[in-house]
Amino acid sequence: MPEIKTSNLVIDDHERGLFRVRRSAFTSQEVFERERDAIFDRTWLYVGHESELPAPHSYVTRKPGGRPIMVTRDGEGKIHAFLNACTHRGNQVARERSGTARVFTCFYHAWSFDTKGALIGLPGDDAYTAGFDKKDMGLVAVPRFESYRGMMFVSFDKEIVDLVTYLGSARETVDHMLDFGGDDVEAVEGAQNYAIKANWKLLVENSMDAYHAASTHARYFREYIPAMGMDPSSWVGANGQAFAGWRGVDLGNGHAMIEGPALPTPLDAGAPEELARIRANLDVKFGKERAHKIADYSRNLFIYPNLILISFWRTVRTFYPLAPDYMEVDAWALLPRSESEHLRQKRIENFLSFLGPAGLATPDDVAALEGCQRGFQALPDRTFSDISRGMGRAALNTDELQMRAFWRRWRAMVDGETGPTDCSDHPERVKVQA
Amino acid sequence: MSAIITRQDVEEFLVDEAALLDAWQLQDWLRLMAEEAHYLVPALDKPAGDWRKTLFLISDDMKTLRSRVTQLQGRTVWAENPKSRTRRLVSNFRVLGTEGDCTRVTANFAVWRYQLDATDVYVGRYEHLLRRDAAGALRFQERKAILDLETLRPHGKLSFIL
Repeated sequence: MPEIKTSNLVIDDHERGLFRVRRSAFTSQEVFERERDAIFDRTWLYVGHESELPAPHSYVTRKPGGRPIMVTRDGEGKIHAFLNACTHRGNQVARERSGTARVFTCFYHAWSFDTKGALIGLPGDDAYTAGFDKKDMGLVAVPRFESYRGMMFVSFDKEIVDLVTYLGSARETVDHMLDFGGDDVEAVEGAQNYAIKANWKLLVENSMDAYHAASTHARYFREYIPAMGMDPSSWVGANGQAFAGWRGVDLGNGHAMIEGPALPTPLDAGAPEELARIRANLDVKFGKERAHKIADYSRNLFIYPNLILISFWRTVRTFYPLAPDYMEVDAWALLPRSESEHLRQKRIENFLSFLGPAGLATPDDVAALEGCQRGFQALPDRTFSDISRGMGRAALNTDELQMRAFWRRWRAMVDGETGPTDCSDHPERVKVQA
Repeated sequence: MSAIITRQDVEEFLVDEAALLDAWQLQDWLRLMAEEAHYLVPALDKPAGDWRKTLFLISDDMKTLRSRVTQLQGRTVWAENPKSRTRRLVSNFRVLGTEGDCTRVTANFAVWRYQLDATDVYVGRYEHLLRRDAAGALRFQERKAILDLETLRPHGKLSFIL
């Protein structure tokens, strides 16, 4: 097998204003294996929200980066993340998706562990020598576990920077996207766990791609929005382009977003009084300037390498590859704790009108990404995906700066770089102007 | 026509319904819904959840369902263009009891779906609330398809009427 040369995979030509990705980056087993070591084992990965562990001894099982783990809340309320594997022979100790358990007993040889991970029992422990210390045989903690405002992340890299440092300049936007209800958010019951038969990086691109909306999601704008009695022109203007006034933003080190004026959804008419009350409360709680940033803009925020927050639908979505052409996707709604049952119901309706494997938009994204992956099968070593839109100018609504920002960080990490990456376009360097 | 809904009534109604769906006769199918009806598919990890509080896969009121059907009959539902071939087996019909002027019924289903060289199987149980309209015909007040799948993997999407 030839060694991976990212200079062959990503063409970032500032002078000509061209950005191309060789399609083998989406199909190669070797690239996939390198990504696991160089990216998924060296980043912070979202595993869930603390509200999913409502009581002492609650637990959930998750697969960040494809590695099975369990997250437990102990009797004192502290949260832990462990590899979901018995320290004896490796059988999974938590076998349900979620639940409540004071003790996890591995059924294979009946070793049992408490919610702090300690080995508290094993049949016939007189068989072991003095060299065997039960204290060494507790569940293996995931190397790093931190939360930011209830959002739980793990890292398999012991040496990684702390989570707040990692989020960097994206952190302020995370705050904006959690503060919209003027209260802490919680994960609503009901997860969306699905798969896409496509490379995970296609979903990174798709999740912050305003260019595809007018064509792929025409039915949402042209049929659903009018069917709800609303004017679609603020979504898709006269030029047929979606998201006028939006732009892509490089937030550094692979984090990126698209952002623009908030657009009307059927939610606005669903609970106008309560929403107006919440909006007024934001001014009081955060001051007018910050409240304006929180409430009057919408964003699709990407936290490198695999987390998306979308403000229209208040979703949090993460995904991880199990093969070059297969990813698993986990998505939830994060909604304010204190809102009324009526508003909660309206927000759920709004989420489902667009998002999820049975929504009125996501299935078309799934179809597009799977179609790309099938298309890649023809000569992936010799064909390229083009991500050059807007490379010679400050980013506009349908430009692709935000995707290039991801790919620049991707390339640096696949090359083994661990320091910061300059992910910006530098349009001043482009010599061939439009 | 008797107001009572028998197991035989349920079987005829649901088998005829399945034929409409497999033939993509969706406007005819839509006429089987009562006014103010709901079309529900619960979250796979909360199959007994309440659609008002839980994030389902689908919780359509009639306004949304009509739009969903209109979209499915157009050409811009890329997930169903080309349209899936589906074949559904519906069986194990039971009448569970009355709820007000409606009757709760259940049946098992398995739907095979073929599209673009992929095969996906959707297995589960219907739990519908049926009523008779003014003319005595059966109508769905609540049409709920509860999937037994633990996740939508590898399916990825549920883009036809289940």
